[in-house]
Amino acid sequence: MIELQDISKSFRVAKRNPGFASAVKALFSRQYETVHALNEVSFKINKGEMVGYIGPNGAGKSTTIKIMCGILTPDQGSCIINGRIPWQDRVAHVREIGVVFGQRSQLWWDVPVADSFVLLKDVYQVDDRQFQHNLDELVALLDLAELLKTPTRSLSLGQRMRCELAASLLHSPQILFLDEPTIGLDAVSKIAVRQFIKKLNRERGTTVILTTHDMQDIEVLTERIILIGKGRILLDGNLPELKKRFSHEKTLRIEYYGAQPQLVPGMTVIEQQAGRLVIVLETEICTVSQAIAHLSSQVEIIDLSVSGISAEEMVATLYKEYQL
Amino acid sequence: MSTYVALFRIRFTNSLQYRTAALAGLITQFAWGFMQILAFLAFYRSNPQAFPMEFSDTVSYIWLQQAFLALFMMWFYEREIFDTIESGTISYELVRPYELYNRWFCQSLANRLARAVLRCLPILIVALLVPEPIRLRLPASLGQFGLFIVSMFLGLGVVVAFSMLVYIASFFTLSSTGNRIIAAVLSDFLAGALIPLPFFPIGFRKLAELLPFAAMQNMPLRIYSGNISGREAFYGILFQASWLIILIVVGKLWQRQALKQVVVQGG
Repeated sequence: MIELQDISKSFRVAKRNPGFASAVKALFSRQYETVHALNEVSFKINKGEMVGYIGPNGAGKSTTIKIMCGILTPDQGSCIINGRIPWQDRVAHVREIGVVFGQRSQLWWDVPVADSFVLLKDVYQVDDRQFQHNLDELVALLDLAELLKTPTRSLSLGQRMRCELAASLLHSPQILFLDEPTIGLDAVSKIAVRQFIKKLNRERGTTVILTTHDMQDIEVLTERIILIGKGRILLDGNLPELKKRFSHEKTLRIEYYGAQPQLVPGMTVIEQQAGRLVIVLETEICTVSQAIAHLSSQVEIIDLSVSGISAEEMVATLYKEYQL
Repeated sequence: MSTYVALFRIRFTNSLQYRTAALAGLITQFAWGFMQILAFLAFYRSNPQAFPMEFSDTVSYIWLQQAFLALFMMWFYEREIFDTIESGTISYELVRPYELYNRWFCQSLANRLARAVLRCLPILIVALLVPEPIRLRLPASLGQFGLFIVSMFLGLGVVVAFSMLVYIASFFTLSSTGNRIIAAVLSDFLAGALIPLPFFPIGFRKLAELLPFAAMQNMPLRIYSGNISGREAFYGILFQASWLIILIVVGKLWQRQALKQVVVQGG
């Protein structure tokens, strides 16, 4: 269904040092730097899959999504989606996909949301019955009844994101690309958005490709994750398996009084603030009781918890492991 | 095709809503039209022989120019299109099943037509009622009027096709301000928006009449008054159609080129 083979893409970025002198210099000779956003990226996604595409900022996630949407043309490599090459057959391709860019809006700013929906209906040539059916369903699922008559500009971010999701699904796409759909949302809105995506995938069989920095999204939504860093695919696997790989690791959270404790091999700091420390423990090197004994010998521990690794910590460790 | 019809319709109805803007525009255009006509009248009184156009032709030219300003003004651009390019919202435009060129063309066309519809009638009615010699004459014949209508739509097409080039240029320059100002000043002057082309010195006029700007308001406004008529009017319309096709082809090719190397701003 979706197949990427050795996709590479680089951009030329103008660079200059800060300050007036270098700004003047840049008027005459400009220095460019080539940024390799993607480097021989390959993967395959089957129909009905839900895939989390993760990586730190600037890793190439959005670039990949934009190539799959037909917006960007890669320098080399092939990408076939539903038998088409997105950037060559863009108009036919985009009819069958839905896209949400979490950081931008596709809704018409000054007019009620319903008007934007009608515009999209016309753009995608959705027939009246299908449109009404989809709209009713989306309104019920995303609780939009109150919002339809409101102009986009007066919606809160959470309300808007629900409308954005609906807008990208009015033409019943087979594939849904979500580029950071939960960015900036509060807890309640996040849960609503996640539940909806899950339901959509289960009931309509829509293939969902999701980029996010919120590991909760990944944990709740996806089975499979693809990790990208510095333009390369580092890891492609399913979440439970990955977790198993990290099962010999424990997370130790402590709150303490006193100077920052010395660490021993087997401990990796993930988070540290004054009086608070989160450590990933490799139990093969340093057991939990050794660690606690070691730490309590140095500082006064006020609170302590030990848990298996969460998706968030797993990814943080992965980033460290691959030096991203 | 019907996608573009829908886009046109929505934009048209949406632009029809701006009543206050239309009223303000009307007042400005009346004032401007009167001032310009009175200035020309003063010149004509001092020496009618020194002028390349009949006074009544000039008067018609100015009144029609004001009535249909929205179709031909070159300093008017779709802010939305520049925003789309500069902010990166173009991502969303590119995931829609339409050709971007046609979509922008429709939008500009609809917006200009809606504005013109709101403004033209009051100006035309008043212009037909004011006393001689500043009254707008009826067209010389029905045939001439037909040619005027055809020429007006072609002129509108050329205007929009030209502004498309300004939009596409901002793919390369990031900020559109410079392109916009240069294009506006140059084309307004060369299109005959400030003074009709026949008033230019002869050598310069010959050159200006070959440029695409002469295929904008210059043709329809002069055809209406009969300043250009008969065979000359036919050639004029052919001239407009040629520029329209050239500009559209150039615009489409250029846009394709721009999109191939598009970099979406802001991640």
